[in-house]
Order: sequence, then structure tokens, then C-alpha cells
Amino acid sequence: MAEELLKIEHLTKRFDDNTVLDDISFTVHKGEVIVVVGPSGCGKSTMLRCINALEPIQGGKITINGDEIVYGSKNLSSLRQRIGMVFQSYDLFPHLNVLDNILLAPTKAQKRKKDEVTKEAMELLKRVGLEDKAKSYPRQLSGGQKQRVAIVRALCMHPEMMLFDEVTAALDPEMVREVLDVMLGLAKRGMTMIIVTHEMQFAKAIADRVLFLENGKIIEDADPDTFFENPKTERAKQFLNIFSFERSKENEEI
Amino acid sequence: MPDLGLDVLFKGKNMIRLLGGLWVAVKISLISVAISIPLGILLGIIMTSKNPIIKAVTRVYLEFIRIMPQLVLLFIVFFGTTSALGVNISGELASVIVFTAWGTAEMGDLVRGALISIPKHQYESAAALTLTPSQTYLYVIIPQTVRRLIPLSINLITRMIKTTSLILMIGVVEVLKVAQQIIEANRMSSPNAAFGVYLTVLLMYFIICWPISMLAKRLEKKWG
Repeated sequence: MAEELLKIEHLTKRFDDNTVLDDISFTVHKGEVIVVVGPSGCGKSTMLRCINALEPIQGGKITINGDEIVYGSKNLSSLRQRIGMVFQSYDLFPHLNVLDNILLAPTKAQKRKKDEVTKEAMELLKRVGLEDKAKSYPRQLSGGQKQRVAIVRALCMHPEMMLFDEVTAALDPEMVREVLDVMLGLAKRGMTMIIVTHEMQFAKAIADRVLFLENGKIIEDADPDTFFENPKTERAKQFLNIFSFERSKENEEI
Repeated sequence: MPDLGLDVLFKGKNMIRLLGGLWVAVKISLISVAISIPLGILLGIIMTSKNPIIKAVTRVYLEFIRIMPQLVLLFIVFFGTTSALGVNISGELASVIVFTAWGTAEMGDLVRGALISIPKHQYESAAALTLTPSQTYLYVIIPQTVRRLIPLSINLITRMIKTTSLILMIGVVEVLKVAQQIIEANRMSSPNAAFGVYLTVLLMYFIICWPISMLAKRLEKKWG
């Protein structure tokens, strides 16, 4: 097995009295692609936000390469540099063009040279098919294009792993594919990723491991074949049935 | 064609005097805006504070300034300072004080609105990209806030210019006062001059305010 990259031990997160994440533990190895699925409100997104210390946690420990990630700590930004994150709402900076969006953090936070980062940014944009959009503003792009730019922006920081929080949930169906293809490309290049998604076909194709979350607990932790074909728990079976519902209904009509 | 008494405008230095009065109005507005903007930005940032006492104090200030008619504020400052403090200030200074107090309140509310209208995920994605809080403000939040603010603050300038028509009540000789003087002085020779002269004043306000208002509209479109 490859070396351990991210280790989550007994992570607990509460909003007031409401326990959102309840004693979550798992380990992510280098190069591994973990897909997190589960019903809405089960804590998937909150888990990603806790990993990137956007939320304080009430218990447990999150470490990357053995360094603990603590909400509000001084060395947080250097630890965060190892983790790239892409959100559901694209959140590009609307007042900057595509290239400046990508360059901002590498040149200001990492103090890298502008021409060197520009070269890299243009190569990455080319890889996602957007090199001709470098001077466009976010409002001139489609949702799928914005999301691809957001991925490039995160990649340009040279993260050791990427977190994807329902990145296709707000997209029109025909734009989902172009974003998922970019993520498949990253997986092929060996990027370590944790992906929260509702796209089950995509999950099946990209995952090395699937985590099924419900009510803040990991109910199943399995390889994709086992999870999608032979889920162990009744709850996971029910959940997967929701996605095959329409197809079985069509079959009935025939 | 009725006699509008427009010939009065070309008698002696009347036109120059009117323009001089207009300049007084514009000058007072510009000085007040120039002071209001930095103070308003400061007030706006303070108003986003979570401290309930700070919130209450700034709220009361804002509501007080908004509810009071500007004319009453002008009287309070101009006559009040003399009778209560024994200080004699000029009408122009009193006007600048009142307009600055008003402008700061309005600007503060605009800044507060612009700041809270920046979505939370802008802060979060900046944090996820490892920008420090001060870098986040400098490169992400403030540029977006300023783009929203500039058109609104330009509109505030036109509102101030229009409201300067009140300051003749505390003895400042601005464009409307000059117009009254011209009409009074020519009452015998051109009894119908009032309409023509006031129409000219109206045109003058329009010529000053319209381009400013167009500029605000253009910037709003460009950055909106």
C-alpha cells in the first residue's frame, strides 16, 4: 500500500446540539480516489470543510503527512497549501479575469514569480480546453467552464490532494460531463482526491474506495464494485435503489 | 411668446453671478463628499461589527440623520452653535458640517450594504486558496466592494448638489439666492423675470447633475 497522506481519527463535529459528524475515522493513501456518497444532510460537505479547517471541530484529529490541521492555527495556511478545494458554487472572484483568478494565490500567498506561474496556468488551462478563455471574466463563462477554471486555480497551488464538494451539483446536465472528464484526467495522473458527489455512474468509474455516510457516520467503506453491486447494509441498498428507480419504471412500461 | 424676462440674465454681470452661485453649491457638495467618503467607509466597516452597543449607536446615528429634515439640521448647526456654544460659524462651514454628517451616514450604510452583500463563499474560497485574512480583504473583498460603491457614491454627489438649494436659508449665497437677488433687483424693469431666471437655475442644476448621473449609470453597467 502507498504511504498514508491524510488521516482522520474520531472526527466529531456539532452545530450546537446537533451532531453532524459522529466519530469519523478513515485514512487516505497517496494516489487514492475516495468518493463519499450519502443522502443530503448526512454531513458529506461538512466533512470536507472540516478537513480544510473551514469549520472548527469538536473532537478528533485530522493530520496530513503527520501534521495536525487545527482550525484557526497559525500554520494553517501552509498546511492548506497541501490541500486544494473546489466548491459547488464555483466561487471564482468576479472582478478578476480567468488568468488573474488563477495567479492571485500562487503569486500573493506563495510568493512565486508571476511569469513562471502564468506559464503553468496556461498549460493547465490548455489541458482543460480553456486556453482561449484566459482573458475572459467569470460572468462570460458557462457553469462548466467556471468549474474547470476553479479546478485549475486549485491545481496551480501544487496541492498534494484535492477535495471536491459536489462540484457538478449546480451544473446543467450537459456541462457535468466536461467537469467530470477533467477529474477523471486528474485521477489518471495519480492525484489523491476526496470527491463528494451524487453522480453514481461517475463514482463507480473513478473511485478506488467508496464511503457511504448517513447521519454523520460512515456506514460502509468498500471498493466500488462491492459497494454498488453488493452493499452490505440495508440502508445503502435503499439509497442505491433511489438511483435505479427511474430505469425500473421504464422497464415496467415496456 | 410671453415675456420670460430672459434679458435680465444678460444685464450687467448677472450670468457670471449666477454661475458663481452655482460654483458655491457645487463646492460645498464636493468638499462634503470628499470628507464623507473616507468617514463613511470607516463607519460602514464599524457597522458590520457584531458588538451590540456599536451596532445600536451607529444605527441611532444613521436613523437620526435620515429622519431629521436637512433644513432643521442646518438650523441646529448654524444657529445652535452660536446660541449654545457662543461660536460664530459661517453658513458655508455649517453647510459642510451638516452635509458631511449626512453624507457619512448615507455612505456608511452603502458601505455596510456592499460589505455584507459579498457572499460568504468568496471569503471561504480565498481561505481555501491559503490567502491570509488581510490578503483576502486587499485583493478579493475590497475591490469588489469598491466596484459596487462607486456608482452609488456618485449618485450621493448629485443628491447633495440638489439639496444645497436649502442653504440659502442660513444665509449662504448660492445659485438660488443669487437668482432671487437678480429677480428682486429687476422687479420694476422686468416684472416677469422670475420664471425665466428660475428656469435657468433649473437648467444649471440639470447640466451639472445629468452627466454625473450618466457616469454612475455607465459604471454600474460596466461593473454590475
